[in-house]
Amino acid sequence: MHESEVQMESPPRVLITKIGLDGHDRGSRIVAAYLRDAGMEVIYTPPWQTIDAVVGISRQEDIDIIGLSSLATDHLIIPELMTTLTNEGLDAVRVVVGGIIPQNEIQKLLDSGVSKVFGPGTLREEIIDNVKSLALSAQKLKRQKWEEA
Amino acid sequence: MEEKRKRNQPSDIQSAHEEWQQSYQKQMGKQQVIRNRSGLEVDPLYSPADSNNIFFNERLGFPGQYPFTRGIYPTMHRGRTWSQRQLIGLGTPDDYNERVMKLLDSGTSAISLLPCNSTFRGLDCDEIQEVLLGTCGTIINTIDHMETCLAGVPIEEISTAMNDPLPFTLLAFLLGVARRRGIPWERITGTSNQSDYISHFVANHMFFRLSLTGSRRMLLDHIAFCREKVPNWNPVSVVGQHMQQAGATPAETMGFTLSTAIQYAEDCLVRGMDIDSVLTRFTFFFDISISFFEEVAQFRAGRRIWARIARERLGALDPRSWRFKFHGQTSGVDLTRQQPLNNIARVTTQAIVGILSGLQSMHTDAYDEAISCPTEEAARIAVNTQNILREEAHLCDVIDPLGGSYYIESLTDQMEVEINSVIEKIDAAGGMFKAVESGLVQAMIGESALSFQRQIESGDQKLVGVNCYQLDEDQEVEPAPYRPNPDAVKALAESFKEYKAARSKSTVQRAIDNLARAANSENDNLFEQVVTAAEKGVTHGEIVACLRRELGEGKPIIKA
Repeated sequence: MHESEVQMESPPRVLITKIGLDGHDRGSRIVAAYLRDAGMEVIYTPPWQTIDAVVGISRQEDIDIIGLSSLATDHLIIPELMTTLTNEGLDAVRVVVGGIIPQNEIQKLLDSGVSKVFGPGTLREEIIDNVKSLALSAQKLKRQKWEEA
Repeated sequence: MEEKRKRNQPSDIQSAHEEWQQSYQKQMGKQQVIRNRSGLEVDPLYSPADSNNIFFNERLGFPGQYPFTRGIYPTMHRGRTWSQRQLIGLGTPDDYNERVMKLLDSGTSAISLLPCNSTFRGLDCDEIQEVLLGTCGTIINTIDHMETCLAGVPIEEISTAMNDPLPFTLLAFLLGVARRRGIPWERITGTSNQSDYISHFVANHMFFRLSLTGSRRMLLDHIAFCREKVPNWNPVSVVGQHMQQAGATPAETMGFTLSTAIQYAEDCLVRGMDIDSVLTRFTFFFDISISFFEEVAQFRAGRRIWARIARERLGALDPRSWRFKFHGQTSGVDLTRQQPLNNIARVTTQAIVGILSGLQSMHTDAYDEAISCPTEEAARIAVNTQNILREEAHLCDVIDPLGGSYYIESLTDQMEVEINSVIEKIDAAGGMFKAVESGLVQAMIGESALSFQRQIESGDQKLVGVNCYQLDEDQEVEPAPYRPNPDAVKALAESFKEYKAARSKSTVQRAIDNLARAANSENDNLFEQVVTAAEKGVTHGEIVACLRRELGEGKPIIKA
């Protein structure tokens, strides 16, 4: 058993979604199945979500971590999502991105607050481990914020 | 199986076969079962024992003869090689025009037009974030944009593949440009790629969708209009590509595609159209994966099954209706972001498969397509891959060169059984329209995608650079992706605003009202109103918005 599983208070709540124009969802569906099989609470949406919709679902469903799949340049609007999340007070929510992100555009995403970018061919275990530990840190942050308030 | 083997072989061959079997088993020990992507078990060797020589004409025949297993034309690639039809689409209409003129100079014999994903989503350039515009295809919202795209392109001589989902605004723009140039519509040739709305519900790609019933009507009106007014245009291209990209196995892909074609043909029959005038204009569009022999067998079996369906099930009398004309695109799913130059080897292999399968038209992917829209050098290598295979490799010397191979013929028969069982399953569900409406097809594809992914995870399916022969990621330097010039995109967005403001408001409103009226009256041809609106300056986004209001929007029918 991984350390993170022992410490986890409640199973990670994950939102798997796609924003922007592209709908190719083979990858996001597979990742959703992986995470669900690993015991996480997965909220899965159809593609073509707006940024506002993703923020709304994240708040309503008390999401710990958002997994975005981008295969056709929709990652270019992820910085806009990151800003909106912060403006809406959801900065504890972690965001990871999977799919086709060109090498020279990865840093821009990380700078905007994305925690991790998974390229094609990333192995299942790597995704699960990262999502678990990031969700744990999101849960901690949320608890801190709640206690402070 | 053994019984059949004995029956089929003279005794001297039979004893040699047994001798081989014994030595094979002795050296190999316990036999590992090998399956192809469609899940069919493949033997280590095929021999005369596997060949079915009876009913030769009925099963294979000769090229150009029913059931066309060996090819749909008597001369095949000896008479005319396939059309080189590279998918082109990037940036602004000016960017597109520059790229298409270069490709025409380098030997491309037919063109295509791939619009920006915003266009695919039914939106104009003023409706989405500017940073996304033109990154995956050309921004086309108006008849003027189309005119710029095709400046200097002889559209009366060259065939054009429009990646143009319902409601077919790109074809409407093209017809408008033809009229401006004084070219009669009878001289316009090409294909409405992406007319297959069912495939857009099977897989969530990037297409805006009208409701299923609205889509059904739109396609039928489009077919009826083209038969009458643009007779040399192929209004229907049935697309297996989406299914295979979403994860369907090759056998499932062919089964679903043929079931879709049956659905469209039967819908046309219900409308009272003459079956031959419809089927002679049907074309098919497939992914070509790297699973070499399986793909060849899939296409050979597909030709045979379609011929029988068209003739026996749909009652077509014209032999041209029985011909399974197909375009193949080397599969992007097989390409890897890791070590991208390796993709040249993958694309070459896939292209050989396509050629040996007897396709009519082909697109070869650029090696950087797993990263972005192709750069110019990568696009040139992709075209030259076809040129090398055609000019240097002697692949076109003999028609159906794999025909008669013990393995290929046996596999063609096996794939045929498998494909037919998929068609039967769809028939049992009430046809493809219903099978997609209920989510059955999507569920089947989802399962196949997951099972293929598990094979990659377990290492049963090797991917060079991904789960074996990896390089340290840091050592790799990826080519920079194509991105349109932001100033050019900004200028285009500005001029689009001016274009809209300069139009006569009442003319535009009248055209939109007529479109809405046609949507609510079964007696009007809806596509005719789309063409009229496009010619009157109504934009792509405005046409789609009107039809979305009147006919409803198709929501995704896929669950995780």
